[in-house]
Amino acid sequence: MASIATGADVGAVAGSRKRRLFERNSLPALLLFLPPALILFSLFVVLPMVDAATFSFFDWNGYGPITDFVGFENYADVLTHRNFGTAVRNSLIVVVVSLVVQLPLAMWCAIALSERGVHINVLRTLFFLPFMLAEVAAGLIWNFVYDGNYGLLPAIGDAIGVDMPFVLGDKFWVIPAIMLVITWKYFGFHMMIFIAGLQSIPSEVIEAARLDGVKRWQIVRHIKIPMIRSAIVISVFFAITGALQLFDLIIPLSNGGPSHSSHTIVTFLYQFGILRMKLGFGGAISVILFIACVIVALAYRRILFKVEQN
Amino acid sequence: MAATSRKRQPVTTPIQWLTLLVVALFVIVPFYTTALGGFKEIGELRVNPFGLPASWDPIRFVEIMGGPRYFASLWNSLLIAGGTVLLSTLVASMTAFALAHIKFFGSKFILGYLMLGLLFPSATGILPLFIKMRDLGMLDSHWGIITVQVAFSVSFSVLLFHNFFKELPKELIDAARMDNCGYIKIFWYITLPLSLPIIATVGVFNFVGSWNSFLLPLIVLNSEDKYTWPLGIMQFKGQFGSDWPRILAFLTLSIMPAIAFFLLAQRYIISGLTGGAVKG
Repeated sequence: MASIATGADVGAVAGSRKRRLFERNSLPALLLFLPPALILFSLFVVLPMVDAATFSFFDWNGYGPITDFVGFENYADVLTHRNFGTAVRNSLIVVVVSLVVQLPLAMWCAIALSERGVHINVLRTLFFLPFMLAEVAAGLIWNFVYDGNYGLLPAIGDAIGVDMPFVLGDKFWVIPAIMLVITWKYFGFHMMIFIAGLQSIPSEVIEAARLDGVKRWQIVRHIKIPMIRSAIVISVFFAITGALQLFDLIIPLSNGGPSHSSHTIVTFLYQFGILRMKLGFGGAISVILFIACVIVALAYRRILFKVEQN
Repeated sequence: MAATSRKRQPVTTPIQWLTLLVVALFVIVPFYTTALGGFKEIGELRVNPFGLPASWDPIRFVEIMGGPRYFASLWNSLLIAGGTVLLSTLVASMTAFALAHIKFFGSKFILGYLMLGLLFPSATGILPLFIKMRDLGMLDSHWGIITVQVAFSVSFSVLLFHNFFKELPKELIDAARMDNCGYIKIFWYITLPLSLPIIATVGVFNFVGSWNSFLLPLIVLNSEDKYTWPLGIMQFKGQFGSDWPRILAFLTLSIMPAIAFFLLAQRYIISGLTGGAVKG
């Protein structure tokens, strides 16, 4: 919007000396500083999205000219693909479980660890550690934990006398198993965002409430949580976009199986678009994913703006 | 002061301690069993999951470190991450400097355009990106990955640099301008030396992102000798199936450099996350 306003000004101020297209003697710097980022960004981030939209209307295998226009057929194919429904459902489950399990756990830990102290620093670092770990490594570690023959889970089952299933090979258990790994991997990240929020609350506010005899949980409920609303909105946003792009963790854990029951949107794109070089089909998935991301991002900005207004 | 501190409630309640302990166990146990698993025999894993291994024979670790794969894949990852960090720092700081300090027509539009990248994840356009890289002859090369990763990182890096540059005292730049100093010199001799904290944050952030990345190298690299460590470890797992002691040893060796790096650099990572998140 700002750019439109500036554009309208140009004619009006063109004659005056005050405003010019660029500042005196700044042209060499502009010509050196701006093009690298603009070219790279346009070529490898923006253009692929434009291409995806183009491909999505054609039937193309990646070789030769693109001529086979098929209208919205690829979109229809994606939306009616039985595994696409599963992928969307799984992504939604990830969002819901993140909101009802992961974020409350992160909040609980953040409140316990928002003060100062040596043990607090150690625990914070420890809880944040899984977030830093590569998804592939985390996935393989948990693949071992869940392994039905030699893993940790059946060993624990032996100890308590329960016969544990091969969770990653079980159509029902594979999703809860993945959810546990996601919680393990990402709750520390949300905890850090909450801690940053909690530390920005002026200590006098908390101190005053304490002197007035307000109970600890009431301080949490009525002061701390309301005062970090924007941190919570940010956290929810990351939980949703994270679910939409989940890929690296799924491949080493279940690879989308058993029988395609644990696909997410991006593993679905990989399995049915990239590996089979179906550019049109893959392009349609990309466009759908892009629209979902943009809707989430715009809703997030609106909500965050409202929260910060209050 | 003494009176208030006596009235203070204890910092951590017993219930909080208990849950923190349970969560700490939940986080540690997978790491712990992975680290010890490399020393155990395969039969030992099931019958003695938590105990110490029967022998501390490091044979698997020695074998892996002596093998062709381990150091080569770490080196490839290091090259790619290093190249990505150097280039993305330079490219993003230059752009952010121009947008923050030079007045020119369209600067707000360019900033808005670059911030479009924050709206959607880079995985979205991965398939057309593959075609583009193929047509440009960038497949199966480290340079291809570096170039694309720099492009992916532009939005977030420019955001962090821009926020930081806006806070720098304007007088410094005005004074230099009075002395007829060009913007390129101001950037190099004044702004960059003042920006070490944000350079560290952006650099560490992009380093970790590149080090851990999986999807892009997966679709770009074909030759095994160019594999990054996440590809190498997936291939190792594919090859050795359920020879878990060997895989766990490889995993332990692969994540140790990352953990060491994290412990050294965590404050930059956290400031990048929270700074970018709160202001973005």
